[in-house]
Amino acid sequence: MEKVVKSANKEAEQIIEWGELHKIETCFDRAERLKPCPIGETGACCRICHIGPCRFVGRNAEEEARGVCGATLPTVASRNFLRMIAAGTAAHSDHARDMAFTLLAVASGEAKDFKITDVRKLYRVAGYLNIEFEGRPVNDVARDVAVRLIENFGRQKGEIDFLSRAPKKTQERWKKWGIVPRGIDREVCEAMHRTSIGVDHDPDHLLLHGLRTALADGWGGSMISTDITDILFGTPQPVKAEASFGIFKEDEVNLVVHGHEPTLAEIIVAVADEPEMIAYAVSKGAKGINLGGMCCTANEVLMRHGIPTAGGFTNQELGIMTGLVDAMTVDYQCIMPAIAELSKKFHTKIITTSEKAKMPGAIHIGFDEHRAKEIAREIIMLACDNYQNRKKEGSHITDKFPVIAGFSHEYIEYMQGGRWRASFRPLNDAIIAGRVRGAVGLAGCDNPRVPATGLHRFLAMELIKNDVLVLSTGCGSAACATVGYLTPEMALENAGPGLREVCEAIGIPPILHLGSCVDNSRILTIASAMAAEGGLSDEIAGMPAVGIAPEWMSEKAIAIGCYFAASGVPVIFGGESPVAASKEVTRIMTEVWFERFKGALHFEPDPEKILAMALDYIDKAREALKLKKYEPGKFGTEKVLMDMAARREIERAAKPHIGIY
Amino acid sequence: MSKLIASAAIRGAHTLVKQTEELLEKTTTEKGKDFTFEFPDTAFYLPMIYAMTAFPVKTLGDMKVALGMAKELLHDEPEEHLWKPYLGEALDSGMATLFAEEILLALKYINGLEPAKDPETGYVYNGFITDTIQRSLGIQLVDGTMPGFAAIIGAAPNDDIAVNIVRELQEKNILTFLSGNVNGNSVTKQLVRKGVELGWDTRIVPLGPDTEHTLYALDWAMRASLIFGGKKPGDYKEHLKYQKDRVFAFAMVLGELDDIKWTTGAGAINMGFPAIADTDIPVIHPTGVCIYEEVDKELDHSKIVQKVIEVRGLKIIVEKPPIPVAYGPAFEGERIRKEDMFIEFGGTRTPSFEWVRMKELNEIEDNKVIIIGDGWKEKYEKGGQMPLGIVIDAAGRKMQKDFESIIERRIHHNINEAQGLWHMGQRDLNWIRISSNAKKDGITLEHIGVVMTTMTHHRFKSIVDKVQVTIYTDEKDVLAIQEEARKAYKDRDQRLGSLTDEAVDIFYSCLLCQSFAPSHVCVISPERLGLCGAYNWLDGKAAYEIDPTGGNQPIPKGALMDARYGRYAGIDEYLKKASAGAVETLNLYTIMENPMTSCGCFECIIAIIPEANGIMIVQRGHTGMTPAGMKFSTLAGSVGGGTQNPGFMGIGRNFIVSKKFLHGDGGIKRIVWMTKNLKESLKEEFNKRAAEEGVPDLLDKIADETVAEDSEKLLEFLTSVGHPALGMEPML
Repeated sequence: MEKVVKSANKEAEQIIEWGELHKIETCFDRAERLKPCPIGETGACCRICHIGPCRFVGRNAEEEARGVCGATLPTVASRNFLRMIAAGTAAHSDHARDMAFTLLAVASGEAKDFKITDVRKLYRVAGYLNIEFEGRPVNDVARDVAVRLIENFGRQKGEIDFLSRAPKKTQERWKKWGIVPRGIDREVCEAMHRTSIGVDHDPDHLLLHGLRTALADGWGGSMISTDITDILFGTPQPVKAEASFGIFKEDEVNLVVHGHEPTLAEIIVAVADEPEMIAYAVSKGAKGINLGGMCCTANEVLMRHGIPTAGGFTNQELGIMTGLVDAMTVDYQCIMPAIAELSKKFHTKIITTSEKAKMPGAIHIGFDEHRAKEIAREIIMLACDNYQNRKKEGSHITDKFPVIAGFSHEYIEYMQGGRWRASFRPLNDAIIAGRVRGAVGLAGCDNPRVPATGLHRFLAMELIKNDVLVLSTGCGSAACATVGYLTPEMALENAGPGLREVCEAIGIPPILHLGSCVDNSRILTIASAMAAEGGLSDEIAGMPAVGIAPEWMSEKAIAIGCYFAASGVPVIFGGESPVAASKEVTRIMTEVWFERFKGALHFEPDPEKILAMALDYIDKAREALKLKKYEPGKFGTEKVLMDMAARREIERAAKPHIGIY
Repeated sequence: MSKLIASAAIRGAHTLVKQTEELLEKTTTEKGKDFTFEFPDTAFYLPMIYAMTAFPVKTLGDMKVALGMAKELLHDEPEEHLWKPYLGEALDSGMATLFAEEILLALKYINGLEPAKDPETGYVYNGFITDTIQRSLGIQLVDGTMPGFAAIIGAAPNDDIAVNIVRELQEKNILTFLSGNVNGNSVTKQLVRKGVELGWDTRIVPLGPDTEHTLYALDWAMRASLIFGGKKPGDYKEHLKYQKDRVFAFAMVLGELDDIKWTTGAGAINMGFPAIADTDIPVIHPTGVCIYEEVDKELDHSKIVQKVIEVRGLKIIVEKPPIPVAYGPAFEGERIRKEDMFIEFGGTRTPSFEWVRMKELNEIEDNKVIIIGDGWKEKYEKGGQMPLGIVIDAAGRKMQKDFESIIERRIHHNINEAQGLWHMGQRDLNWIRISSNAKKDGITLEHIGVVMTTMTHHRFKSIVDKVQVTIYTDEKDVLAIQEEARKAYKDRDQRLGSLTDEAVDIFYSCLLCQSFAPSHVCVISPERLGLCGAYNWLDGKAAYEIDPTGGNQPIPKGALMDARYGRYAGIDEYLKKASAGAVETLNLYTIMENPMTSCGCFECIIAIIPEANGIMIVQRGHTGMTPAGMKFSTLAGSVGGGTQNPGFMGIGRNFIVSKKFLHGDGGIKRIVWMTKNLKESLKEEFNKRAAEEGVPDLLDKIADETVAEDSEKLLEFLTSVGHPALGMEPML
């Protein structure tokens, strides 16, 4: 029998095999054993009231199947889908709410262990919100910003604030189709209401609210979270770090921060260097304290401090199975409950830190930003104490890969011209000239149902070969990082000739790590800046850009996919479609959305087809923008030579440069 | 690859900042932190630092602060492997370099080391470029006669190549700055060895022997956005965008590069100025910081000029008559000394004149050159002196009698632009020389005619359909036809005298400067010429006929809304459109209320002196203090950029003797102070006007710099001579 590849990550696969040998089960084994329920998988199961669950199966289910209440398959599929969006939006936004309250606590002087690190960014955000900042104490501005952003969650009327950062034409499309989100919580709440028994039954109407809810995530929760995290902990700029399981050290205390919210992780990073802490580790026989990250907390501390990452979602059990993890803190989102049970087979302590997320079998040390350092020290000491319990068992892996990360949208603007000439002109120019064919946001989870991380890696490699610049986030970044793709040498060795020239000019990898999954909002900002810079589309719609989440699994990914679609970006997800059962719902999310927003959400399990579809979208967008036809290796700008008469006309010929900064 | 460039740029910035810091510390120890410094004749302190940061560096202490800003722009070099991005960092380093170089050169001035002097030859370089030069180049920057600027850094492989490159740039009308060296050799030295005439007149300006001296050229460019662009100090994005879009400068790096060259280049790239080298360097092709390639190479010296012009996106149209010498405005400034002269005409040595006549189409033969005179060929071949009468007959369906003088005024340029030909004066007071070298190259008398036919066609293409030139060489002919010409000159002058604002319905705009000063509009009426002094009403009229969509447009003056101040409905309507809404209305005859705007290249500035109840006038190039408490350069800083500044205005010299000069404010009687230079050059016309105004001795009652340079002394003088302004109605 042919061996089943569970992870495309060689190091992960080694641990999985070691686990099989030692009869230790992982998500990969469970995924193999437990196939998805075929009815629920395609969106054909309705369990929103207790008359059911009703299943919508059989020949002609689309037209003929009815629930007990008379609901049709398209209604049920779209309702289920809207609930996924609502849950994803809730997750990002509740995370954002925590960040906003932390900012308020810091500004009010209640969280003394934190400070406003990036004042310039604070001012920029204050500027978006029309909050006066010149000549005012930083904390006063921060408090006003925090209060105002918190208000976005509970706002009942009007619109959420950051929508104004989108290009005018993008905003007009939202107004035209009635999907301008009012308040973040309101849209989530309304989504839950409209999908409960006996309320909204019109698939298109339900899905439009889905887009509104998703926009409340992208331009609301996620963007708020990104901005506040930058304000509190610094806007990322390039850092050099390492990735994969080899980051764990045999002779040091290995403490892993896992989850999504960076607040605790930041303070652990801050205190881990304290001489007292190091002395404590030494007193326990270790040479020092080694921090590692997992999942999106990893991305946050990697982007800002170069803390190494052990990888994404599917690596969390495997990390423990190295036997080298002395403690792992987890807050929320994408934490497998399996790790608590698994940790019992090793010495690893699992520490839950959020009041929102507890787990049987884990130690709970609730994080409170008012006592941040104290708690961080407690956690570190707990890890140190546990170092002595480390056993020989475990699949020790020494491989690790270098990573260049830290590409905030601010830095991406800076890197194209420095402090004085920062802009998106070079990127727009490169796309216009055909050096860069287009851009792809390669995001989303990694997934044990495919050779994990394999789809990300395949697509990343093929896209850059085709001169497509890749912007990666979340576990997509981890998938690329843990194979060494996030290096500048990658451009020289693998990028197409045009992309290579651009990467060489700037000194960047062809795949830019933008941060965690909430940081997909950075891509919205970048797309808006490109529209404002001019020469391509004057809105996000119509840009030669595509979003791809080839291994998605979380509801958060669905919310992200939908806010990109609503903003005008065609999005392709891998795996089976959660609305596959309904042709009508599939049609709305592809054709109808494309007609209205020039965005769409496709589901396509075949990575080759994902690639072809993405390149086709990009080439068609280029054609619609009347850009030079993409031909590999053939690019260049047609020079318009200026005589004096032409120079006098510069002012009149120029398009107004709106600029977003 | 680019990383090498970035590494060198970053390293170079560190070196220069350190070097500057050392000299700054040494100088501060010697002179104290309050020691003040300014570059010669500029209102913009250290212009690069001032434009970028709005910080006015006035003392050694300020220099320390500014150098601190440069330090903040320093970065680490990218690593050998797994490097972090370097482009933004390299560009920052380039800017740090420009700041450091600017301070370094200022310190060298303080220490008496600038302008640099070549120790072997004693050649003195130009050093810092003054505001005056920037302003006086004004019209050439916008009318296409100086379409671009080259900074050549280093040395060509040999002297002949250096000459060829510079000659090619001259023929393309490019202004060339020279700096830097390769192991002590430089293009400046190469040109000096080959006897090439250097300086502003020939458009080859050696700034200094080191790469750092290139900063003077960048400082000069930066003043274009400060002066003409009206960009505010500190608004760096706007300044740099202006440089990229409007200042067509580029660098040509000859010979090996070092860190200092790379880092200075990185500074220039911030301004959108690309660099081309003649060596096998790494290139940067992606666009966006510059309009096209940032760094490129061209190993073939015969192609390098063409390449660099293309990379900067310049279109240069050069009309060259078929003559055996080089041709172009760059050769206009060349002098021909007596010992280099082959032959000369006029200049009181022989009878001579030049005259343009309007003819009917059927009366003349196009492009024909007729030379009349017994044995003229032999006489010419002998050299020495010769009588010369040049008659240019022009015909065309759109030709007008009024255009004769316009075409005639170009004769000066037509001849002077030929290398080895020299012209001075006009009408029957002209003087022409041909150099021995030009003669050797094959210049004949006929070529003077050929130059006239070709260039008259070129310059006046839609007015002139046929041009025929007759050259008289016999003294008797010259004298006879000269008499006819004199009659024509007299008729013309009378016609010009009768041209008043009231007598015409159409005024003309001049928008030539909009390539540099986008919101400025000159309104030219018969009695008010353009502020640059180069365009009068007839010029405007002719220019419009030549190119109906060009820089000079007719303005139907419309209803006169205010006779005293000179406000016309038609002007206001036109202004709004042409200034893109920046200016709504203007009055032609006052400085007090909505006066005309200025681009920056005005010949003179008028400024109100409230305590004297009058105005003062200072011309460009006057470097002394004025009773307004500001020097010309400072005054000019507050007048340019297309804004209206009541109480201050830029004007053309000859407007002073117009009847409409400040008509609304009381006319020439308001002038209480005027430089000696102006008083002397306008004397005759001025006294005529003063007599008309009933104050024949007005000129003597006007103070100048020999009498007063402050308002207190000025008032004393005015009171003592009883200046009429003191008794006029209050200006404010």
